[in-house]
Amino acid sequence: MENNSKSQSRRKFIHNGVRASLLLSLGAVSVSALRKVSGDDYVWQIDPFKCTQCGRCATECVLNPSAVKCIHAFDLCGYCDLCGGYLKPDANAQSTAAENQLCPTAAIERRFIEEPYFEYHINEDLCIGCAKCVAGCTSFGNGSMHLQIMHHICVNCNECSIARVCPSDAISRVKASEAYNVKGDFTNNPEA
Amino acid sequence: MRNQLNQNSHKLQATSHKQSRFFGFKSKSVLFTFAFILFTFAFNLLSLNLSAQKQRFPKPEFETGYEQPSPVTPEPRALAMEYFDVLILILVLAAATYFALKSRSRQGILWLSIFTLVYFGFYRNGCICSIGAIQNVTLTFFDPAYAISLTALLFFIIPLVVTLFFGRTFCAGACPLGAIQDLVVVKPISLPKWLNKTLGLIPYLYLSLAVLFAATGTDFIICRYDPFVGIFRMDAKFLMIVLGIAFLLMGMFVARPYCRFLCPYGVLLSWMSRFSSRHLTITPSKCIQCKLCTHSCPFDAIDFPTNEKEVVKSGLGPKRFITYALVIPLWIALGVFVGAKSHTFLSKANQDVYLAELLIAHPELRNDPDNIDVQTFLASGKPMEQLVSEATAIREKFYIGSMIAGGFMGLVIGMTLLNTVVFRKRQDYEPHKGNCFSCARCVDYCPVEK
Repeated sequence: MENNSKSQSRRKFIHNGVRASLLLSLGAVSVSALRKVSGDDYVWQIDPFKCTQCGRCATECVLNPSAVKCIHAFDLCGYCDLCGGYLKPDANAQSTAAENQLCPTAAIERRFIEEPYFEYHINEDLCIGCAKCVAGCTSFGNGSMHLQIMHHICVNCNECSIARVCPSDAISRVKASEAYNVKGDFTNNPEA
Repeated sequence: MRNQLNQNSHKLQATSHKQSRFFGFKSKSVLFTFAFILFTFAFNLLSLNLSAQKQRFPKPEFETGYEQPSPVTPEPRALAMEYFDVLILILVLAAATYFALKSRSRQGILWLSIFTLVYFGFYRNGCICSIGAIQNVTLTFFDPAYAISLTALLFFIIPLVVTLFFGRTFCAGACPLGAIQDLVVVKPISLPKWLNKTLGLIPYLYLSLAVLFAATGTDFIICRYDPFVGIFRMDAKFLMIVLGIAFLLMGMFVARPYCRFLCPYGVLLSWMSRFSSRHLTITPSKCIQCKLCTHSCPFDAIDFPTNEKEVVKSGLGPKRFITYALVIPLWIALGVFVGAKSHTFLSKANQDVYLAELLIAHPELRNDPDNIDVQTFLASGKPMEQLVSEATAIREKFYIGSMIAGGFMGLVIGMTLLNTVVFRKRQDYEPHKGNCFSCARCVDYCPVEK
């Protein structure tokens, strides 16, 4: 009986020792991580200047349709009639006819403003983030259309499945307080 | 102002032309050159003042009083909400611990797991989760540019600390992946011990691979192959949905297959739980050896009382123990060897390594216009030598990492074998502290009153 209680207390001692060392190692991990910790949360975002419009944003997102949408920086737009982002390069006419549109889902709405200017507005519900218009706008226009991850749709995966396959490494974690990289924000610039 | 802008733009265009020559870019299509020039152009702009941005087609000055809309950028989920999640986690953990240890209520645990499934599963879409947080913590230690968010760190640490004191109550009620599997258990079958032990090695392998891939900045495999996240989101790639449903169907008979035979966080929890100061007990007072509980546990996590006669009869205990203990270094050596051999294969999961290998093995792909990765790399102007040296550095990391992972696996296998010949004296039916999920089913079965 005495022997038994001795072995019991020995086991207890070992248990307590291991528990203390496990607690210590947990503490060490958290302290060393805390030294680098960021109070801000992270979200994923596209750098429009790195993006090469490969089209993977439309297919690789865990969501369907993708959380990546085209965003239009109106400050950069030339409001052209002949829009490289709206019309196919070989369009029959500069009209809103479906066969002339570059966008596969007709997500770009063309509105007449005044002669000869048109506003191009992106219907987010229709946009699939395929970047066809971005490629057109960047090649032939000002590059005012560009892709951004929309955070009211994005589920903020621990690792963005598009970022993994992005050929130009354009998608990275950004601070949640600065969640967007909108191109050419002139309105905030007093010099402009 | 306009003039200045124009001058700037001319200069810019000149430099971008120069750069395109410098990179030796020979394009066949006009469009491509154009895009490329614009690309370098955009690059130049980045380093310059943004106000000097050039517009090919300047914005018109409208006469009809047109009001320009601004791009809509909805804010991400508020930070306060993330901390709210941590609060919910703490509350759920506290409740699960209370139900498992204090009030001994299976009913309570059941309702709690339904809440967890709804909140962390379907509402939060299974993200953020403690299992995936392993990778965030790993990346913090290996990537100097990455700083973990406080919520991710708390999600990693809190369940481990609670488990160190009260056992795996996290698995019982606070894990959405556990909850969804626990709710589909219909007719659990008991697996033979050797199969349980062998399959139980997979989580260790999964954990070491997850850490290896996260540390090398390659991939977050735990999140990518999470079988249930597609069900939580009600949207995923077809194969992942199939995998999730397959796991649930299997889970009807082999209870909680992911938790027992895959979950990498379960490895850490099991280490903590083995040495927990308190743990769920089957009986509230004294066990009457009625064996009712043994049929209640769907996870084969109840240890039977030791049959001393059998132990004495075999008489091989000490001899085997010494043999197995001496063999452990051999297991480790074997693991290191296998790790070293497999590092080339494993490193191919890294995009940079993959691309470098592809370009070296198939240089003809440079002319393949459909290969997006290759074409983007060529258009970026990054020299091949740089890509190769980066890939070599990553492979080097894989070499060391997979040797460590292999050694770890060897140690785990050796220790598992050693454990099979260690006989601990048990008078009663007890939960196996490492494997028990504290689901409190056995508590319901125990006829002993307090």
